[in-house]
Amino acid sequence: MTFSPELEAKFEKLLTSYPAGRERSAVVPMLIYAQDELGAVTPELIDEVARRTGISPLQVNEAVTYYSMLHKQPLGKHHIQICTNISCMLTGGAELWEHACKKLGIGNKEVTADGEFSLEEVECIGACSWAPALQVNYEFQHQMTPEKFDRLVEGLRKLQ
Amino acid sequence: MPYNEPSPLEVRVLSKRFGLPHSQSIETYLATEGYVAWRRALEMTPEQILDEVKASNLRGRGGAGFPTGMKWSFVPRTPDKPKYIVVNADESEPGTCKDRLLMEYDPHQLIEGMLIAARAVDAHRGYIYIRGEYRYLIDIMDRAIAEAYERGYLGKNIVGSGFDFDAYTHTGAGAYECGEESALLESLEGKRGIPRIRPPFPAAAGLYQCPTVLNNVESFCAVPAILRDGGAAFAALGTPRNGGTRLFCISGHVNRPGVYELPMGFNLLRMIDEVAGGVRGGKKLKAVIPGGSSCPVLKAGECDLPMDFDSLAKAKSMLGSGGVVVMDEDTCMVKAALRIMRFYAHESCGWCIPCREGTVWLKKILTRVHEGGGVESDIPLIHELSDNMLGRTFCPLGDAAAMPTLAFVEKFRGEFEAHLNGRPCPFETVAV
Repeated sequence: MTFSPELEAKFEKLLTSYPAGRERSAVVPMLIYAQDELGAVTPELIDEVARRTGISPLQVNEAVTYYSMLHKQPLGKHHIQICTNISCMLTGGAELWEHACKKLGIGNKEVTADGEFSLEEVECIGACSWAPALQVNYEFQHQMTPEKFDRLVEGLRKLQ
Repeated sequence: MPYNEPSPLEVRVLSKRFGLPHSQSIETYLATEGYVAWRRALEMTPEQILDEVKASNLRGRGGAGFPTGMKWSFVPRTPDKPKYIVVNADESEPGTCKDRLLMEYDPHQLIEGMLIAARAVDAHRGYIYIRGEYRYLIDIMDRAIAEAYERGYLGKNIVGSGFDFDAYTHTGAGAYECGEESALLESLEGKRGIPRIRPPFPAAAGLYQCPTVLNNVESFCAVPAILRDGGAAFAALGTPRNGGTRLFCISGHVNRPGVYELPMGFNLLRMIDEVAGGVRGGKKLKAVIPGGSSCPVLKAGECDLPMDFDSLAKAKSMLGSGGVVVMDEDTCMVKAALRIMRFYAHESCGWCIPCREGTVWLKKILTRVHEGGGVESDIPLIHELSDNMLGRTFCPLGDAAAMPTLAFVEKFRGEFEAHLNGRPCPFETVAV
């Protein structure tokens, strides 16, 4: 499997970040950085990561199925993750979630028909004092309201 | 400050660089007493460093409150195996958002804390395990690590001391369970984040079964101040047996939510009223979760107490990770308990049956109670299930789910009863 030079460099650094013989430690970081580039964890990627870390594809798959940020199906270009845990719930996170589903016409872990957006109801993302909060891919948005959500989505649409 | 205005009541020790221009850079750090504590540590023996940390009365800021100096002293002195420093930056206890700021504004403070710990136990390699959602912090920490190598504060023969230390970041990929120390180590080894049975504890057999110092971000970040100003000075900031300051994350129904650094033992009511501007909308205070979602809820009448580990234990709750979640009079306690249980049911790693089954059963019962489908026998059933989880799991996640549930039911039993037998949630009726 071939990757971009940036990702290859990242892999090389990861594989030397752990003591010799402990390359298995790099499995989860390799998977998530590769997923960022490929859009999903593919069977080929699992085999490749297994080969490079010296473990079996089954052992890599064990990790893939455990961590919630790793996914085998592609998500939207803008993956919107809305927290509804306690601090966000108290400040309107649940209402924001419902609004987002209606606005985008999709439910939890679904992707819009054009592939632009996907939605996920997530657990605490560490933005409790600036709730309700969400992340678009890795970027935080704090103190969200339904109006701010609409503006955010329109802004992302214009990027197309 | 892009997050929240500081409060004049704060005592800013760990957060003193927050808001400074280029606070992430090594130049700013060096210009503001950065790496001074490290140079002091070089003049001390490992035993003297341990004594200083012990004297500071620093207790683990991840939630358990175990004395940090004592934890470090459990690392064996034998040189037969490599030793590791591991930073728990998997901040994911609902209500907690402080480690984020410590890494965002002052990454070198964390590196310096790791270095001092490394010198105290003779470790030469360290990992910062950062939750996957905090990708921007991994970038910030990587930049800071690169700067530290360039200036000779990491790598071989650090500032001419003959001491070597390498530091790396490591990304998680979404799993609350990995904030638990033994699950974190499994995850760092490339496996599913499943807890290990203890003993042995990480100090004896941690990463790759080697002696490991594993602490929360905030615990490591306190160490430079302790060595710089002295353990006694740090201890004096807090209350007996609870040294220093703490970053409290105030969220929920207050006028000025935010992260505030306050002395240990700061009164909870004052924290809500004077630091966070009181309950918003002029509403009355109903309840507070004092230290993240795992901590038993306090009724408004129980909140006149000092926020330290011992006072919260006396009040049958916990200081936990410093996440203070404030709820006003219009909050449905059944809904709050349910939301928290949904979280634990989602995050249970499935290894121990009482937790795997118990959290899902409790979620189902609380859902039905909240929707009006509950019956009288559900309340004793919640008790029975919770009692069967407490103390019966490899890691504290089972306890963390059962304890707050019991507190919600015991302290707000009337509210649970008001939902039973087909009655709609009284609070949702009010809201509509």
